[in-house]
Amino acid sequence: MLQIRDLECRRGDACLFSGMNFELQDGQLLHVKGSNGSGKTSLLRIICGLFLPAAGTVSWQGLDIRENRDEFNRALCYIGHLNGLKDDLTAVENLSIHARLTGTPATRDQIESALERVGLMHRAYLATKVLSQGQKRRVALARLLLGGARLWVLDEPFTALDVKAVSQLQGVMRDHLAKGGSVLLTTHQDVEISSSSHRDINLDTWAKSA
Amino acid sequence: MGEVSLITALRTVVAREITLAMRRRTDVFTTLFFFIIAVTLFPLGVGPDIEVLRTIAPGVIWVAALLASMLALSRLFSSDFQDGTLEQLLLAPHPLSLLVLGKVFAHWLLTGVPLVVLSPLLGMQLGLDAQAIGLLMGTLLLGTPILSLIGAVGAALTLGVRGGGVLISLLVLPLYVPVLIFGAGAVDAQAKAVEFGAWLYLLGAFLVMTIVFAPFAAAAALRISVE
Repeated sequence: MLQIRDLECRRGDACLFSGMNFELQDGQLLHVKGSNGSGKTSLLRIICGLFLPAAGTVSWQGLDIRENRDEFNRALCYIGHLNGLKDDLTAVENLSIHARLTGTPATRDQIESALERVGLMHRAYLATKVLSQGQKRRVALARLLLGGARLWVLDEPFTALDVKAVSQLQGVMRDHLAKGGSVLLTTHQDVEISSSSHRDINLDTWAKSA
Repeated sequence: MGEVSLITALRTVVAREITLAMRRRTDVFTTLFFFIIAVTLFPLGVGPDIEVLRTIAPGVIWVAALLASMLALSRLFSSDFQDGTLEQLLLAPHPLSLLVLGKVFAHWLLTGVPLVVLSPLLGMQLGLDAQAIGLLMGTLLLGTPILSLIGAVGAALTLGVRGGGVLISLLVLPLYVPVLIFGAGAVDAQAKAVEFGAWLYLLGAFLVMTIVFAPFAAAAALRISVE
């Protein structure tokens, strides 16, 4: 379970939001909404521990993530605006390195089946620099299928994906939720996941009125 | 399990850096050719008097090594920063300082070791005798990892800063001064038939100190730069 307490975010002199509180239970999906510049990416980066909040805490399973970074990182899979792929390496190499770095080494078969599932098996052994934006995004998203991260933090995961890939990804998320995992995502598209586990929050609610 | 996966992660970082460098060999060669050319310019500028060249050789080779290893620094973290792999490294369930140490080690293998291997050739070119060349290689072997370690702190601090390349030089070169003094000093002392052991000990002590502290500093700087 992820808990957010009294979170405040500042960028430069501007206060993006303050006094934010929410919880994300196992098996739940939280869709973070908000207008451009409302701090969606900042919120996600704070939750991952990449960005320091001006005030407040983020805790995972009741423990502050800053004090249990390794434990939290093991449970986390973050996919940001950047795909986090090395252009000179192939899709398989990129995924294999990522799997080993996160402490959940994957066999070639596992990696290939993950790429199969995102529909990229025929490009598995090409350097990722020759792939299109959408294909690169798919390689990045294939990381979700490897390793046992319970919390997925996805920043605009549907960018550059075609219609088919979007519905595939929603299927992957549905499976993850059914297995008790949780998803935190931002997107401007509509997400169609079973309504019981799906919640929305709107950052404009916490925006500091000037 | 924790230790095993940590070692796997370290090996992965080193192997990744080497694979990437092999796919993009020009980066390694630029450093090396810069080193060769910089040293080669001196006989042309100073004149072919072998006595003069022999006297300045340790200093020249060391200064060229400093500058060459600095050339490669700006690439140490910046490409990872731009493609987002640095974020993923920060989110790995391992101490960041150790992963940074892995990266620096790979960086040294790719930019420091070639300088050490090439130095005898340049030493001969400047008229050093076999003993002096051996000692020069020894000092470079002890000194180049220090350059990579200190450089990593500078590279992490200037990450994402405009004009970072020049800033690194201003930040890092003053810190390279002790390495230069100890390294060139040892070879110089040997040429004057003075005891040179102390210089090597100092260099070794400096190496141990930077191995212990630089990865922490670089890791902290990376966390700040990524924000």
